[in-house]
Amino acid sequence: MGVIGESLRFSQSPMMMIVAAILVLAFLYVGMRPAAVVPGRLQAAAEICYDFIHNMAVDTIGPEGRAFFPFVFTLFFFILAGNYLGLLPFSFAFTSHIAVTLALALMVFCLSIIVSLKVQGARFFAHFMPAGAPKALAPLLIPIEILSFLSRPVSLSIRLFANMVAGHVMFDMFAAFTIMLAGLGFFGDIIAVGPVVINIALMALELLVGALQAYVFAILTCIYLREAVAH
Amino acid sequence: MARAVMYDNIRRARTVVVPSALALPLMAMVAPGARAEGMPQLDFGNPYVIGQVIWGAGIFLVLYLLLSRSALPKVEKVLSQRRQTIETDLEIAHKAKTRADEAVAELHTARHNAMAEAQANVDKVVEEARIAAARQTEEMNTRLATEIRDAEARVSQARDQALASVREISTNTAETLIHQLSGIAAPADFVTAKVGSAAAARGL
Repeated sequence: MGVIGESLRFSQSPMMMIVAAILVLAFLYVGMRPAAVVPGRLQAAAEICYDFIHNMAVDTIGPEGRAFFPFVFTLFFFILAGNYLGLLPFSFAFTSHIAVTLALALMVFCLSIIVSLKVQGARFFAHFMPAGAPKALAPLLIPIEILSFLSRPVSLSIRLFANMVAGHVMFDMFAAFTIMLAGLGFFGDIIAVGPVVINIALMALELLVGALQAYVFAILTCIYLREAVAH
Repeated sequence: MARAVMYDNIRRARTVVVPSALALPLMAMVAPGARAEGMPQLDFGNPYVIGQVIWGAGIFLVLYLLLSRSALPKVEKVLSQRRQTIETDLEIAHKAKTRADEAVAELHTARHNAMAEAQANVDKVVEEARIAAARQTEEMNTRLATEIRDAEARVSQARDQALASVREISTNTAETLIHQLSGIAAPADFVTAKVGSAAAARGL
């Protein structure tokens, strides 16, 4: 089947992506099933999530943000579900793969360029020369601006990837400490409780990091899109 | 009661724990030997690493389409329905308040008008009473003045009459006295002239 066919083989990473997608959809469908005027707990949670991303998109991007809201919503909850699913034992954190995060970041990057060109036309390129800067500095400023613009997908993808990898590496390290200490006999058994406790604390930290990184990814997407739709 | 709540909590926890416990071996079965040394993420020669991008693109697209076409509009519908319900209710309440305000204003106006009317009536009655009293007083004064004038006229008339008779009486008295004292009848003209001069000397 060649390289493409080979890469299409199903693995646990796409499976977790599907699980994440199903969880997000189930959350909304099951939550909104009562469609009550006075919502229950699950419906209120679904509505709060909707409002949270909607406000983020509209407040950051502006009135045009309404059009990008479903995209930002998908992005945020896909990453959030991926981050949280990765915390389950025997699971797989697809957001800890640079291939996935870079693809997501490049998607955001390309979208922002397309929107920029569509909204601003050729004026988009004027952004690479900061307004009011002396013309003599142009040979220096333009390459810097282009470089900082091109670094956006890199920083966006590496931030998420590195955070997720670092969290899981720390879990692995402290879990390995427990096993190593347990091999030291009776006192080792007692001391081995320490890394377990640290891992529990790390789990709390990872829950925070998982939500935070999804938020950072979504808000940066909104900021890039705001620059794209700005006149 | 507490026991029932505890059983309820246990039952609730079981619904979460049991599927999770069943899912763990399933996950372990799906990911046999998923352990890797070093950084498998950077092993781009592995077709699975690139495969994620292709699968991920498809799954993301499907998720995006389902969310944007179906799930999110559903939430939006419920939210807008709620907004509409609240707005309608608010509008009804506003209308009711406006009506109540109008009624209160009308009541105030009516009360004010009634008070003004009553005051005007009172003022009118008082003024009428005052005018009637003044007229009565004036009438009485006029009547009294007339009566006084009449009485004075009568007194003056009586006095004049009395004074007019004084000469005649004096003449008669003088004639009688002369006749009684002297036994002679004095001439009437003489007596009248004397009495007249004496009366004139006294201012009668």
